Amino acid sequence: MSTLTEKGIKIDLQTSQDDKEALSQIKEKSVIYDTKNLDLWYGNSHALKNINLEILENEVTAIIGPSGCGKSTYIKTLNRMVELVPGVSTSGSISYKNKNILDKSIKVEDLRTQVGMVFQKPNPFPKSIYENIVYGPRIHGIKKKAILDEIVEKSLRGAAIWDEVKDRLHQNAYGLSGGQQQRICIARCLAVEPDVILMDEPTSALDPISTLKIEELMKELKKQYTIIIVTHNMQQAARISDKTVFMLNGEVVEFSETDQLFSNPSDKRTEDYITGRFG
Amino acid sequence: MAKSQAVMRQPNKINARVRINTFWKSIFFLSTLFGLFVLAILIYRVVADGMAWLDLSFLTSRLSTDPNTAGISGAILGTLWVMLVVIPVTLIVGVGTAIYLEMYAKKGFMKSIIETNIANLAGVPSIVYGLLGLTVFVRLMAFGNVVLAGGLTLSLLVLPILVVSAQEALRAVPGYLEEASYGMGATKWQTIRRIILPAAIPSILTGAILAMSRAIGETAPLTVLGIPALLIPLPGGLFDTFTALPMQIYYWTLDSSLVAEYANLAAATIIVLLVILFILNSIAIFIRNKYQQSY
Repeated sequence: MSTLTEKGIKIDLQTSQDDKEALSQIKEKSVIYDTKNLDLWYGNSHALKNINLEILENEVTAIIGPSGCGKSTYIKTLNRMVELVPGVSTSGSISYKNKNILDKSIKVEDLRTQVGMVFQKPNPFPKSIYENIVYGPRIHGIKKKAILDEIVEKSLRGAAIWDEVKDRLHQNAYGLSGGQQQRICIARCLAVEPDVILMDEPTSALDPISTLKIEELMKELKKQYTIIIVTHNMQQAARISDKTVFMLNGEVVEFSETDQLFSNPSDKRTEDYITGRFG
Repeated sequence: MAKSQAVMRQPNKINARVRINTFWKSIFFLSTLFGLFVLAILIYRVVADGMAWLDLSFLTSRLSTDPNTAGISGAILGTLWVMLVVIPVTLIVGVGTAIYLEMYAKKGFMKSIIETNIANLAGVPSIVYGLLGLTVFVRLMAFGNVVLAGGLTLSLLVLPILVVSAQEALRAVPGYLEEASYGMGATKWQTIRRIILPAAIPSILTGAILAMSRAIGETAPLTVLGIPALLIPLPGGLFDTFTALPMQIYYWTLDSSLVAEYANLAAATIIVLLVILFILNSIAIFIRNKYQQSY
């Protein structure tokens, strides 16, 4: 029932917007990430096995599965952060906007400018809130203070934390609570104006209230961004995502609409996992 | 169960354990005391011998064979000139090496060979560096026994110390800050310059100052280079001959059998050197405390 009303709201939203925008939204729901036959090894350990996934634009895709199933590895492959681990090798392809990002000719700096990431542990820089937000724009060459100020306000509003920090922009971000720090990190990510936001268990270090705030934020963000989130929390996946991927031992077991995966899983292993029989 | 509990709670067992703890505590305390005691004797002797000879004219006068008019302005100036070479050379080369090894070099056989060798170099006796300096800078490059040769030799001597401490400083910057920067599309250099170096600089500076204090006090490599403590003109540039504070101490101590007062002059010079070292170390501690960040 809830999903029905959620869909109802979605339709309302679309019709209430400009026709142009609504049209473009329908058109834009194309495949943004197309993973084909992806295998990944850490040294000799086979961490991802023949992954095939099509992730759509402007959707929230949740990846669930027990610890060590490869879900974090997969999400880090999508912006090639996985390469920071020494001894990683891959085969297969991941096309992002029709370019194979595993190709060596792709510049990771370019990819990561389009694909932002929010990490498990809030990781603001030991600088002021302002400096945290302008870090991305600055490294991409924006120097004018007026533009930077504008980006700061827009990003902090986008991450629903502007009202809480607008009077203390020049104080150290470490003085904020864990949940606020995580929203600063989301704002910092928005400041680079990405198309995709990867979230690697973004609420696992937070208390329930902060978690709820971030989930509400994600619902807002998905209007503009494609979100791919790894989570340990199945309720969270059910609450916020359009599609859900269930992974086990480095393989994709099931990938379908979130409602269907949780209410009527097609694979026995998915059913066992979501009903808490293991994991 | 009950039996073992009774054994464990026997009063004499508990007393024995506590006594053994007290015994070891006093052993460790005595070890600490031993070092402090020797240091106290040294400082007492030096101050007793040299304090009376230490005044402003001793710091500003030129060297002389007459102990009453002799001063160490030449040695102080020489030490300053040498440091003018050592500080930039070690900072640039040392931090550069550390950044390369820690941030750019691929993990593997070559990197571990280089790192092992740098660690080994830190343990090479200083006189060997003197020979290296004599061969390369004084003879091969034909600088002669001038400020530049002395400074480069001492730079080589303290480089491994700085490289190792700078590497540790870089490594101590939490990986999640680096990830956050890469995650926004920053290049490695941008990440190093804007995130890693600012976080590592306090520890790097601490290491640098400790390396400098080592360089200031070194004598053996300078004797091998043939640095004199004669009546030479005051150094005014990189290619002038010079003497340094430890050399002055060395020669005065050596000649104290000829002129007894030279021992007092040596002691006074030691006080000057110790004060300089003390100031340097205080600066290192100050920097460390002021900029230390908790993550």
